[in-house]
Amino acid sequence: MITAGIDIGSITAKAAIVDGGKIIATKIIFTGYNAELAGQKVYDEVLIEAGLGKTAIDKIVSTGYGRNAVGFADKSFTEIMAHAAGAYFLNPLIHSIIDIGGQDSKAILLDDKGKVKNFVMNDKCAAGTGRFLEVMARALEVNLDDFGTMSQKSASPSKISSLCTVFAESEVISLIARGEKRQDIIAGIHESIAARVSSMLARIGVQKPAMITGGVARNSGVVLALSKKLDMEMEVSPYAQVNGAIGAAILAAAL
Amino acid sequence: MKKQISDLLKIIGIFLFGKFKKFTMRFKKSKTMKDIMLVYYSEAKSARLTRKKVAWITSGGPVEPLIAMDVIPVYPENHGAMIGASKMGTGLCETAENMGYSSDLCSYARADIACATVNGGPIGGLPKPDMLVCCNNICGTVLKWYEVQARYFNVPLFVLDTPFCHTGYSEETARYVRSQINEYISFIERACGRKFDYERVKKVGHLSLQGQQLWQKVLDTAAHKPAPLSAFDAFYHLALIVTLRGTPEVIDYYTALVAKMKDRIARGISAVPNEKYRLLWDNLPIWHRTRWLYDKFASHDACLVADTYTSAWCGTMKYIDENNFIDSMAEAYTRIYLNIGVDEMAKMVIAMIDKYDVDGFVLHSNRSCKPYSFGQMDIQRIVEKERGIPCLMIEADMVDERTFSESQISTRIDAFMEIIKERKKHSSSISMAKE
Repeated sequence: MITAGIDIGSITAKAAIVDGGKIIATKIIFTGYNAELAGQKVYDEVLIEAGLGKTAIDKIVSTGYGRNAVGFADKSFTEIMAHAAGAYFLNPLIHSIIDIGGQDSKAILLDDKGKVKNFVMNDKCAAGTGRFLEVMARALEVNLDDFGTMSQKSASPSKISSLCTVFAESEVISLIARGEKRQDIIAGIHESIAARVSSMLARIGVQKPAMITGGVARNSGVVLALSKKLDMEMEVSPYAQVNGAIGAAILAAAL
Repeated sequence: MKKQISDLLKIIGIFLFGKFKKFTMRFKKSKTMKDIMLVYYSEAKSARLTRKKVAWITSGGPVEPLIAMDVIPVYPENHGAMIGASKMGTGLCETAENMGYSSDLCSYARADIACATVNGGPIGGLPKPDMLVCCNNICGTVLKWYEVQARYFNVPLFVLDTPFCHTGYSEETARYVRSQINEYISFIERACGRKFDYERVKKVGHLSLQGQQLWQKVLDTAAHKPAPLSAFDAFYHLALIVTLRGTPEVIDYYTALVAKMKDRIARGISAVPNEKYRLLWDNLPIWHRTRWLYDKFASHDACLVADTYTSAWCGTMKYIDENNFIDSMAEAYTRIYLNIGVDEMAKMVIAMIDKYDVDGFVLHSNRSCKPYSFGQMDIQRIVEKERGIPCLMIEADMVDERTFSESQISTRIDAFMEIIKERKKHSSSISMAKE
């Protein structure tokens, strides 16, 4: 059975095609202003990537903030279910997931069978999300992709105390004005995200082993800061950013 | 002078409208909530004409002595709920913020303080008070809020201080609150210029208790599967036990409502057409989003069958002694849901979970209501431990629409329902296997 998963996030749209136990193709594009169009486009592109026609796909499941905008999907699930299914598929031993996406972050607890036991999402605030990192990258004039390596050069991370993205940005600007090193500021930003996200996981009770998913998992600095804060290894899959789409495809196979 | 005349004409208009409405209501088989509230507010707004006194009072305040002295009680919190439900909260909150009040202040307080200065809102503001009665059993904000209004309207303020009851009810607390009831009675005597009517208050107390018993009966009907009424219906019908507690109107209305709910049960009519999942709600309603929330949960075949909020107006009946109302009301008003310890609150929540047999618990973390929201995380943990049902926390505000993030809350509710459905599917397959 060949199935597809479409995950429309606030910044990027992801698609995955899964055949039984094998990932055939994945695709990531920017969502832009039209979620419906993004869903169509990312699906077309992943089909090209897989070398398959539409008729080859048995079932489609959509997820993410734009899940209801994907008209051609057979069913939609929330990204909580999708990330759980994806993580369980990638590693059935996983019990905790931290998903940091563009506009929200969440902590998910799984039982032995990969079913969601509990979850908690960030409150109405962008701090501790991908958008927060984007804002900081702009203020620091650093390419976001370099954040991970740069922060690892830091010997003494700066202290970012503001809980709000807007205030944290002005705090960062004042740190720049004071002449603090970029790598220290970036490391400080990562620590502040780790503090915020780990407290969510603490609220529902962290259980080992844990996996980090979502686009922010690509940032090795955040992963390191989280591992330190939680005092445990964080597993990062090469499919971290498309984990929701993979999970949706897995859920489609069970329809 | 011109303004005074137009004000007077307006009041006469409101007075005549109320009289007319009251007259036509006699011929109606069943009185609607809208009719009763229209008469109530027109009588309050034309009190100057009928030479009656108007007292503003907090929702959990002892209203019976006022009614016994023919004072018309008016509730800024009920007014706040009306402002929220008619989606006029944000504008009034902004007005209050322009006056210098913090956006962290309770949105009922902000809406009321702003409304008094502009006579805005759905009913053009509340009637001017002759006195204010503030009982701090519901929160600490009311103290400063009522002080602000006492200064603004230049009227006397009575504060009834009810100490927090972590567990039980100490002798010192009993003495302390009881002694204030005497002061309260003297305050009313001074404001009305006549002796307190101890005979009449017995009758009012009797009606108050009877009203609370009937309200409990209304809420009890939701224990039936499927539930004939949801928490959203209860939020609506609640208005009378809050505003007209101690009057015969409440008895008539709730007696009819109980009969109506029993009839719905007999005919198999449910609040949510295809009820499969039953939920419990905690905290005040999100007044500006009740319809949206009802539809959202109903789309998952889920019904919020009960809530901790509306049951607060009949939660302390056990402390009331009908033959000794004045003495016993001190305890009943002190030991309300918001004035007891978190462990005690959790016990009540768990009792409701069992009584209404719910599959999940939805907690509204209300930015405005600190005493209600403060212990929620602990209550959630206790519920998860004791009953193992899924719990969901929603961050919002009862009146201020700016705190509501639709797509985030929508995702949370969907995910919460996915968990409940998964569990129910699992547990029903286990019970089928057993059979």
